[in-house]
Amino acid sequence: MTELLPDPVPAQAMGTAHLRADGPAKVTGLATYAVEHPADDALHLWLVQSTVARGRVTRIDPGAALAHPGVVAVLDHTNAPRLVADDPETTDPELLVLQDDRVAFRGQIVAAVLAETSDAAREGAALVAVRYDAEPHRVELRDDSPAYAPESVNPDQPTDTDDGDVEAGLAEADVVLDQTYRTAYEHNNPLEPHALVVTWRDDPDGPRVTMVDSTQGVHPVAATLAPMLGLEKDRVRVRAPYVGGGFGSKGLPHAPEMAAVLAARTVPGRAVRMAVTRQQMFALTGYRTATVSHFRLGARADGTLLAIDHQVREQTSALKEYAEQTATPTRMLYAAPHRRTRHRLVELDVAVPSWMRAPGEMPGVYAHEVAMDELAVACGLDPVELRLRNEPEVDPETGKPFSGRRLVECLERGAELFGWAARAPEPRATVDGEWWVGSGVASATYPTMTQAGSQARVQALGSGRYSVAVGAVDIGTGARTVLAQIAADALGVRVDDVDLQIADTDLPMATVAGGSSGTSSWGSAVVAAAQLFRRDHGDDPDAGVHTTASASQSPGMEEYATHAFGAVFAEARVHRYTGEVRVPRLLGVYSVGRVLNPVTARSQLLGGLTMGLSAALFEESYRDPRHGHVVTQDLATYHVASHADVRGIEAVWLDEEDPHVNPMGSRGIGEIGIVGTPAAVANATFHATGVRVREIPVTADRFVD
Amino acid sequence: MRELAYLRPDDVGDAVAAVSGNPRAQYLGGGTNLVDHLKLGVTSPELLVDVRRLPLDEVEEVAGDDGPVLRVGANVRNSDLAAHPVVRSVFPAVARALLSGASGQIRNQATTAGNLLQRTRCVYFQDVTTACNKRDPGSGCSAIGGYARYNAILGASEACVTTHPSDLAVALAALDATVVVQGPDGERRVPVLELHRLPGDRPEQDTTLAHGELITAVELTAGRLTRRSTYYKARDRASYAFALVSVAGALQLDGDTVTDVRLAWGGVAHRPWRATVAEEALRGSAFSEEAVLAACERELSAAVTSEESAFKVPMVRNVSALVLGRLAKEDR
Repeated sequence: MTELLPDPVPAQAMGTAHLRADGPAKVTGLATYAVEHPADDALHLWLVQSTVARGRVTRIDPGAALAHPGVVAVLDHTNAPRLVADDPETTDPELLVLQDDRVAFRGQIVAAVLAETSDAAREGAALVAVRYDAEPHRVELRDDSPAYAPESVNPDQPTDTDDGDVEAGLAEADVVLDQTYRTAYEHNNPLEPHALVVTWRDDPDGPRVTMVDSTQGVHPVAATLAPMLGLEKDRVRVRAPYVGGGFGSKGLPHAPEMAAVLAARTVPGRAVRMAVTRQQMFALTGYRTATVSHFRLGARADGTLLAIDHQVREQTSALKEYAEQTATPTRMLYAAPHRRTRHRLVELDVAVPSWMRAPGEMPGVYAHEVAMDELAVACGLDPVELRLRNEPEVDPETGKPFSGRRLVECLERGAELFGWAARAPEPRATVDGEWWVGSGVASATYPTMTQAGSQARVQALGSGRYSVAVGAVDIGTGARTVLAQIAADALGVRVDDVDLQIADTDLPMATVAGGSSGTSSWGSAVVAAAQLFRRDHGDDPDAGVHTTASASQSPGMEEYATHAFGAVFAEARVHRYTGEVRVPRLLGVYSVGRVLNPVTARSQLLGGLTMGLSAALFEESYRDPRHGHVVTQDLATYHVASHADVRGIEAVWLDEEDPHVNPMGSRGIGEIGIVGTPAAVANATFHATGVRVREIPVTADRFVD
Repeated sequence: MRELAYLRPDDVGDAVAAVSGNPRAQYLGGGTNLVDHLKLGVTSPELLVDVRRLPLDEVEEVAGDDGPVLRVGANVRNSDLAAHPVVRSVFPAVARALLSGASGQIRNQATTAGNLLQRTRCVYFQDVTTACNKRDPGSGCSAIGGYARYNAILGASEACVTTHPSDLAVALAALDATVVVQGPDGERRVPVLELHRLPGDRPEQDTTLAHGELITAVELTAGRLTRRSTYYKARDRASYAFALVSVAGALQLDGDTVTDVRLAWGGVAHRPWRATVAEEALRGSAFSEEAVLAACERELSAAVTSEESAFKVPMVRNVSALVLGRLAKEDR
């Protein structure tokens, strides 16, 4: 396998509209999702969850469950197969399922029931009697909760940064803004719950695990589970042909997957099938921590920033640390000589937080961009103008030039498209019947990343057709469609001549569909393999010849600061009698390099905008402090935006390519749509009403008196 | 797996006999609420009597003592009832209430009687790992001191602070509808205002119906007042959300003078709350927004709130002003 630096690819198919390759299969129900995967004689698994938030399991009585017809086995910490837990490099505490009697959070897996049918497994789970020695728990993120500084924040960024002298900058400032902004606990809630079918076989040459999983990365699942199972990675085969969304929650395996693999190990040769329930997803499959951002901005009277101070308090789990990188976008968004960021974590007896679409950027930019709106008001400036006045020449964090920073153009183009010039400068100035009407703006940014390690294989099939294989997963983003376009251009053939294979660990290594890095990472490998294939085998290769390659990182990634940018504009109407907030217009203008497929890209950006709208107005997980679990644990009580909430919504982009990040000229687009949107909506509600709400979701009760 | 028996009778008498004869039997209508409860373990009947084959799916106009009566069969689907031309023109509050509930798919499935008999969506009622007096009498009320945004502010008790989720019931309460009930000993008529009850010390009992009694129809008497009726549901999400508060109102003016008025509130109590104190204050007075707000303040003087539910007091007062204000504009 060769690594090479691919040449830029001339765009033919790239940049043109291609309908989603798997669309017909999905809308006709022919696409087979993980739990639907056929398996003869499969057993069903149901999880038993703790009903205390902290303590020990003192006794588990499986008797009634085992006596129930159809129940095959009850696994608990006394009889579950042992995992390898002696290597801190490979041991994930969240995945040490049923390994001891400790309960670290309410909803933790304390037993699992295997049965011949799903019904029997579920009833068996209800019959397992568990006794606890409960201990006092701490589950609330309070202003006075003791907090600590983690060693780094997700994924491996500095916890704190200091540039210049923030206090001196604030002292010198004509205008100082000092406010605190809060974001709610949020759960990812992909439409398809986490689910898998897994079989453990004790083959003559050793154990072999095969699974069809709902995941954002088949290779990462195998690489994570295998060492804890005492296996080499190649003994674990994972496939994920169709995935109904993940939003980060399927970025790495969670406890239910390990529980199913352990259960399968006890019944070698038989498949075990499990789908996590919606309620279980609120305890077992990750979520976004609530965040508290204390912002201090110091500016000259003309709005020029002198000091930016962003101090974050958020929550992690006692079981496993996760540090949301909430203040990291603050390090590069605007110019200011004096800058400081801090992250502090409160460790609680709660479920393990994890990635949720634009971790860090979503809550951090929300706080920053509402603070900027407040600063604009304090300086008597138009909020677009304030942002233009604080545009940095180079990346404030690294001093590197940007590979492309066209935030100003996004703001100006958006202002023009949105009709911003007609906006009343004062808040609470426009009434339309029963509604206050206002508009708001926010900047958006997301880092452009390419992850190392992906490989691709190109094989000639004869007659001008090619097989292109990469072990990536299409979680609904359109990767299956876009990778074929990239492969076609890299090979110089039509898209129809590419037979793309993905979503299987038997295919070359591919990194996770996360960090808006999938297309860039996998696409680079596809291009490298295609170009090496042509070099080695020419334009008229014999059928069967093949080449596998990976791409070395573009030198531009080191030389430049690489980020996507955007500007979001929102119109909000707030009902004068009820306080209800509706958003008739939402516009995002993006600078994301080359847009490889306008059809699937538009869906990604609109989806991000919608999820941002949803975060702005609805999404909130309520954790009951007495019990320790989230009680709004279904889609009737955890509100995501409905169709009726999404009215005028538009995503446009600048015509450009970024030559510095990958051979396609593209940046990642999966997450930037959610960034900035909550601030734009929140700012619009202020402009409508004159009432400043400093937390999301912005609910109707805030505007009623 | 829990086994349960399932019957699908063609005859009302057979259905009533089957449920009356088994304390662990329940009626199954559209199933949009009960099936959830079966899955969540909220209820575990041993017999389900499916009423959907009963001949209860007609909407008929019949003569009544006080004017024409619309008799709505218990099995009429929410979407069909909302679209019925007489409902739209003569009882607009009912049509609007129905259309503000649930989603299109659910309205296609849910029945008229089932809508009235749906149970609270209190998160603790639906979570069998927490205490709930309505689900498990005597176990305690987790909603007190817990997630309180949807809690009642009127008529609650120490045993239960939840609200009734139906939109339709609020509209019917404003329009003085009657439910027709078949029991083992015959038929009786119950004013819809007397169908649902306050929790008191028996929150497990949502209604005044005896076990086995079956709602066969809902009757609405048409009048000038019912034509001047409407419904407004306030909610964070524009669709597919239960009410923060809702208001059904009807108004009759003679010039500026209120000759008659109806005001019923949803999202504030264990049953649709007929705001009789406010109605009484408004009747005969000069109509104005201020008068409505003041009348509602009187009704709400008995409200008991927590920090999270306090918004409901100004919200239901404002929505009442909105609803009656809209009707006053129509009337002028």
